[in-house]
Amino acid sequence: MRNLASLLFAGGLGFLLMVFGLQFDFGNAPMLVGQAIQSAAPEQVGAANIVTAVVLGYRGIDTLGELAILFAASTAVGLILGHRHTSTKPDPDSGLILRAGGELLMPLLLVVGLYIILHGHLTPGGGFQGGVILAAAFFIPVLARPSTPLKHTGMMLIEGFSGAAFILIGLAALYSGGEFLQPLLDKGTLGNLVSAGTLPLLYLAVGLKVGAELAGLLAHLAAAEVSES
Amino acid sequence: MTLFGLEITLDLILYTGAFGLIVIGAAGIVLAHHLFRVILALAIAEAGANLLLVLSGYRWDAIAPILSGSESAAPMVDPVPQAMVLTAIVIGVGVQALAVGLAMQVKKTYGTLDMSAIRQRLEADIAGTAGIATTGSQDAPLGERPLPPADAVPVTPGSSAR
Repeated sequence: MRNLASLLFAGGLGFLLMVFGLQFDFGNAPMLVGQAIQSAAPEQVGAANIVTAVVLGYRGIDTLGELAILFAASTAVGLILGHRHTSTKPDPDSGLILRAGGELLMPLLLVVGLYIILHGHLTPGGGFQGGVILAAAFFIPVLARPSTPLKHTGMMLIEGFSGAAFILIGLAALYSGGEFLQPLLDKGTLGNLVSAGTLPLLYLAVGLKVGAELAGLLAHLAAAEVSES
Repeated sequence: MTLFGLEITLDLILYTGAFGLIVIGAAGIVLAHHLFRVILALAIAEAGANLLLVLSGYRWDAIAPILSGSESAAPMVDPVPQAMVLTAIVIGVGVQALAVGLAMQVKKTYGTLDMSAIRQRLEADIAGTAGIATTGSQDAPLGERPLPPADAVPVTPGSSAR
């Protein structure tokens, strides 16, 4: 009976979505806001990647809220899972291949992650994507050697300072007479690495914060798994 | 190309994929009996919603919204839904991590991730804390159907809420 009701619900949802979907004119998006942003973004923000201009320039305060949500989630996971009991023995280190592979991968992942973060205003990518790669760079050694866990204090320092830097850049824009998180500094030439004013700095802060937060989150989950068994 | 008299076009495939992912995810959330599968279904539904959002900004004749410098006159797809999907993916990761953390704590406390077992234990815990007798659950009601005999049901305030 319950399954039948659930299936009816799912079918009804599919029908509803289909009816709404038929209203869309696929491939001819009206783009009322997008058109305006596209024509104004090169002069106002100066970022070659218009998605970055939207994320950090036009919706900067939304990005701040997003970072706050991520911070809340990682704090809540830390709160729920608690600290690992020191009495429980961690898993033994993995084999030679996994350990060597982890050590080889870490610098490569760091370079790729920082590259993606710093080129976020030019090419697809940016702070969130690069931050996830940074988190992987720090989490893979933990998987290879569970006996040497991540230093949570260092992670917390990076996280706190990068979050504060994001807000401070926003406040600097406020202080210099603009709006909160308005892009500052010289726009530079479109397409150069040093261009788009404070956007690369903001994305660097976002990337470090996301990386530290996700690495801490994963380390928490892994530690809780160890202490359970 | 036609299939069952229906012409297969790109937009049909993409929309079917997005709606299909959302419906599969929703059905999984209501149908699954295992807590971890509910979390996985949530992730699938989220992927469908993100795909639908990106599709809403698609244009046939347009390129990716990145200025290459040479020709800026070429039409571009809508950058606003893409920025929103970026936000949605990151928040989705946070939600999933929190859900997995909660599920781990449930497993530690109750020893199971089966939804009906968890519900029974939860109801017993709540009734025990409130100091009332546990009524029969929806799956196994007390007494005979259709109506339990009057003396089999402990008549205490609050227990007849179901």
